[in-house]
Amino acid sequence: MNHSNIEKINGKYLNLNINKQTNRIFFEENGNGIPLVCLHTAGSDSRQFRHLLNSKEITENYRVIAFDLPWHGKSDPPASHMEIEYKLTTKSYMNIIIKFCKALNLKNPVVIGCSMGGRIALHLALKHSNFFKAVIALEGADKLEPYYDLSWLNRPDVHGGEIQAAYISSQIAPQTNKNNRDEILWHYKQGGTGVFKGDLYFYWEDGNFEKSSHLIDTKKCPVYLLSGEYDCSCTPERTVETAKRIKGSKYKIMPNIGHFPMSENPKLFFSYLLPFLKEIQKL
Amino acid sequence: MKVIENLKNKVNKNTNLIKRGRWINLSFVFGVNEKEFIFKIVDGKINSISQKKVDTEFGIFKISSSLENWEKHWLKIPPRDFHDLFAMLSKKLIKLDGDLKPLMQNLQYFKDLIASNRAKNEPFKH
Repeated sequence: MNHSNIEKINGKYLNLNINKQTNRIFFEENGNGIPLVCLHTAGSDSRQFRHLLNSKEITENYRVIAFDLPWHGKSDPPASHMEIEYKLTTKSYMNIIIKFCKALNLKNPVVIGCSMGGRIALHLALKHSNFFKAVIALEGADKLEPYYDLSWLNRPDVHGGEIQAAYISSQIAPQTNKNNRDEILWHYKQGGTGVFKGDLYFYWEDGNFEKSSHLIDTKKCPVYLLSGEYDCSCTPERTVETAKRIKGSKYKIMPNIGHFPMSENPKLFFSYLLPFLKEIQKL
Repeated sequence: MKVIENLKNKVNKNTNLIKRGRWINLSFVFGVNEKEFIFKIVDGKINSISQKKVDTEFGIFKISSSLENWEKHWLKIPPRDFHDLFAMLSKKLIKLDGDLKPLMQNLQYFKDLIASNRAKNEPFKH
């Protein structure tokens, strides 16, 4: 066996009780140091963080952990999934993240989330500032407005995977190489029925909290925001507005990047992320 | 308009795009400023592009914008908000009309069809 071809990432399953139902949660990890919990975008899964999980520069100081939310990737939906409509809310999303971190006995973890993961990272900074060392919101804002209609998702006359990928392809920067772009789209094509739509309930509607985001205490839980120039969903303007409302937060607009920095152009993204990670190490 | 007519050749040479659109048989309207063009799609190929002359000519849906906006969309590296049909939609730079179901059923195909005019090596020239 040629071990040089094997990535150092380890994958495991955690059986987590959420709302009195067992959820089989898949997570993968690599590295040592400060726990860095990665939250994927709506309708996708933790594979988006494979470059981060494989980064020597990051994993020598951070224990990078990425998990698939229930209903996503290799995490199954609860047993009752045929009887319920999946709908992610701010409350349910935070609950899963906290339970996951506690089940792994993570002490003072850092959260890095993208898109809806970025939005919930900001909510965590508000509601759980004592638990998290810092939060990094990629493409995350406290206020968003939808620009497409969710009724086209999860219906028999429009292919779910195709429409999901076609919707989000608008958010990828044109500088992204074809392989990375196709990989992002493939993850969306693999999403479960109605899951992207259920996530977008949180992303477009329930997650707005621009009237209370100013209550985030960045002295207790530092907040970092990074958004791509080409993101037409969480635009640079929305990121800057959010940063202005969260006093003490730091932000960076990333040129030549869109809504999926960790998957579009990992090398370029790391050049923006590493200074923030180094700063967090010193906290 | 030469730039619109060019789309037929570019799309019909793209075997991957035609394969993805092989189930599509319809006509749609592509608007450029005040002008409207009827694109007739047969098995994923552009069968014809003709400028609309009378109101009884129609397409099942319509996608329209200004020539200036389309030219930015067709640059090799378009500026933000012009880099994708739905990115343009998010900034209300395009207008959609009609029955959108066939568009949504084949969204990436139609995005790629329109983007086929994108410059490969140098900025687009009208």
